Amino acid sequence: MPVHCHTFQNGLTLVAEPMMWLESVAFTFLVPVGAVYDTAERSGLSNLTCEMALRGCGGRDSREFIQALEELGVEGGESVGVSHTNLRGATLAKNLGPALAIYADLLRDATLPELELEQGRHVAVQELRSVEDDPAHKVMMELRRSHYPQPWGQPHQGDMPGLTTITIDEIRAQYRSGYRPNGTILGVAGRFDWDPLRQTVDRLLGDWEATDRCEPKTGRLHSVQKHLHHQSNQTQIGIAFPSVPYSHPDYFQAWGAVGVLSDGSSSRLFREVREKRGLCYAVSASTRSLKRLGSVFGYAGTTSNRAQETLNVMLEEMQKLGDGIEIVELNRLKARMKSSLIMAQESSLARSGAIARDWYYLERVRTLDEIGRLVDELTPDSINAYLTDNRPSRFTVVTLGPHPLEIPREISSATT
Amino acid sequence: MKFRQQQLDNGLQIVAECNPQAYTAAVCFMVRTGARDETPEVAGVSHFLEHMVFKGTPTRSADDVNQRFDDLGAEHNAWTTKEHTAYYAVMLPEYQEEIVELWADVMRPSLREEDFETEKQVIIEEIRMYEDQPPFCADERCEKNFFGSHPLGNSVLGSVETIRNLDVDTMRQYFRARYSPQNMIVAAAGKIDFDNLVGTLQRECGDWEPFEVQRQLVPPQPHDGFEVVQKATATQEYVIELATGPSATDPRRFAAYMLANLLGDGSGSRLYWELLHTGCAEQASLHYYEYDGVGVLGTWLCCEPEDAAENLRRIQEVYRQAEKEGFSEAELARAKMKFNSRMVLASERPQSRMASVGMNWLRRGEYRSVKQDLDEYNAVTLRDVAEVLAEFPLTRHNTIAIGPLADVQPPA
Repeated sequence: MPVHCHTFQNGLTLVAEPMMWLESVAFTFLVPVGAVYDTAERSGLSNLTCEMALRGCGGRDSREFIQALEELGVEGGESVGVSHTNLRGATLAKNLGPALAIYADLLRDATLPELELEQGRHVAVQELRSVEDDPAHKVMMELRRSHYPQPWGQPHQGDMPGLTTITIDEIRAQYRSGYRPNGTILGVAGRFDWDPLRQTVDRLLGDWEATDRCEPKTGRLHSVQKHLHHQSNQTQIGIAFPSVPYSHPDYFQAWGAVGVLSDGSSSRLFREVREKRGLCYAVSASTRSLKRLGSVFGYAGTTSNRAQETLNVMLEEMQKLGDGIEIVELNRLKARMKSSLIMAQESSLARSGAIARDWYYLERVRTLDEIGRLVDELTPDSINAYLTDNRPSRFTVVTLGPHPLEIPREISSATT
Repeated sequence: MKFRQQQLDNGLQIVAECNPQAYTAAVCFMVRTGARDETPEVAGVSHFLEHMVFKGTPTRSADDVNQRFDDLGAEHNAWTTKEHTAYYAVMLPEYQEEIVELWADVMRPSLREEDFETEKQVIIEEIRMYEDQPPFCADERCEKNFFGSHPLGNSVLGSVETIRNLDVDTMRQYFRARYSPQNMIVAAAGKIDFDNLVGTLQRECGDWEPFEVQRQLVPPQPHDGFEVVQKATATQEYVIELATGPSATDPRRFAAYMLANLLGDGSGSRLYWELLHTGCAEQASLHYYEYDGVGVLGTWLCCEPEDAAENLRRIQEVYRQAEKEGFSEAELARAKMKFNSRMVLASERPQSRMASVGMNWLRRGEYRSVKQDLDEYNAVTLRDVAEVLAEFPLTRHNTIAIGPLADVQPPA
């Protein structure tokens, strides 16, 4: 099936992949409003703006807005990330047009009711407070903050000083400048016809006015070590090291290497940390990408008296990856990838998000066939050549628990 | 879409919803055993055994099992509840026979002592992890308070102490007592070759020795109560309330699911408007859980500690009002629309259909298509919902609060 792409005159891009074997259709709006646009003094502004935008639009109040979506059977969700606000929904195919019309109102004509500001603020504060009780979440949040250049490591939840001082005028200004067609990507996947879809989107959003706003510069990744004290049974370990971004020609080499490290129950981390030594229940590593920077993020949570060994084994395995991978490991990864590409054809919602993100990173969409081909082309030699040039190094290590851990000297001395 | 069913001579039942249009297939071994089938001294053995099943057979090491699943590109995992243990794989249809063969082999595990001792550490880590995460195991504690000495009050994970004290022989005994082909089913969905599935299972499992397995089905006598557990290091207060609901075989369960949606869905429900939209709470929801012989309606609340008592009062008021005045037709219609949409979306994945087909067969010995379930939900009336509320009042419950507070005022 072809992937349709169209960029309207105002800069809005529509990418759409038909999946005519499904009864559903899903859509994902990536709106260029995220934590990276928050100032240090108003950290959390994008998140609170999203919360307020959901409180009525196009003449509907909050209740009418939610009820209208319920009547169309839209199973929706929203989240604010580092660079975008993600607004998504899935419904039966016949309801796509009316559902998009409601979202068009949200994007262009949100009420942002001052009377509900304190309620919205409470929602955002609750979200921030709940992170304090979730040690795994907290360590990864701190890892991003430490590893990424500012403001790219800023958490979308913001901080108390920011959340408690944001005004309705600041929210309205953020909405006016951020909710804009230039930079917004709408991904649609599932059962739809392309021409009527494009016409509908044109009618709803074609005359949406562009604004003048740019994404902040990316900067350089950091390598630091940090411990956060937390009274808990377990110590949480977060590790990051530089890799290549999704748009880089070598991305799939990096992806293959990390897959050998952590994809599947026979992967190295799972085998060495959990299966062989029983050190923890959860251990993982995966590639993460900003537009121009790529990294690998790893995580494990383990009882404090076994945390040092867990950290040592994880770092050892990550460094050992630089010595190369074996063909049997790659073949297993390819088999798993082949299945997951087929499975991706069974979820309209996941696919609508994936093609929208593709456009952000690449300004085009990689079809599932193309991804399959890129994975097929991987060889141990190609991955090992990549690893020779890009040995895992310059680690950022963040731990959270009752006691700090010792970072091996060769790692702490490589700090920048 | 076609339902197929067959039973092997040793009692192993095979059920499948075959969909030739699907891209993938999902298959699952389900065992009718879980925490409620354990005695207190072996608490957690069903879940620990679920981990040990992956540790190999006389002809395969744990590494061999993991590698084989990965070689076949399978998404595989397992879960344990109070009543069931299930092992599943989602796969490309061309690997069906190899993956079913592999599952059939690992379902007769060696349970080697060395693997047992290593995995014991992983289980303890899992318990420690849940102790550090909200609601800090208060859900299991609340179930214990609610069910008292009834086995449905048993913890799925067990405690660090029971897991440490467990020995491999006790686990082997438990396996021999529970994993009878008569106490297991194989459920499948998606692009399944049913004849091949039956043939593979006949070949691989046909010689499994059947034996009688019993489950104690004493009716529980749920207790009301209110307990506050102080956890000074927590930031938010977490509250769980459990009330009785219809059982898994009660036809009123559809109305109970509808009730939980009307009152406590994550969006657009009564609790949503009262507590979430207003920012009074981070979480406020109502869920319905069905078990053999009893059901549970569970309320979950997470909020700032100083708001906990007031939020509990608000929840009580929402429930009282629903008991007194019921719901509107428009609310019911919107709730039904959510069910329709969610069920159609979920049914697009064979994994979701596999779980539904399997659980319906295990719990009730019946097959239900998506359409049959939708018809049931769409037929629920306001009177049905009111009858469930009258029979199973949400205002009578067992409550536990865990968080920084030493004391929380229960609602009047």
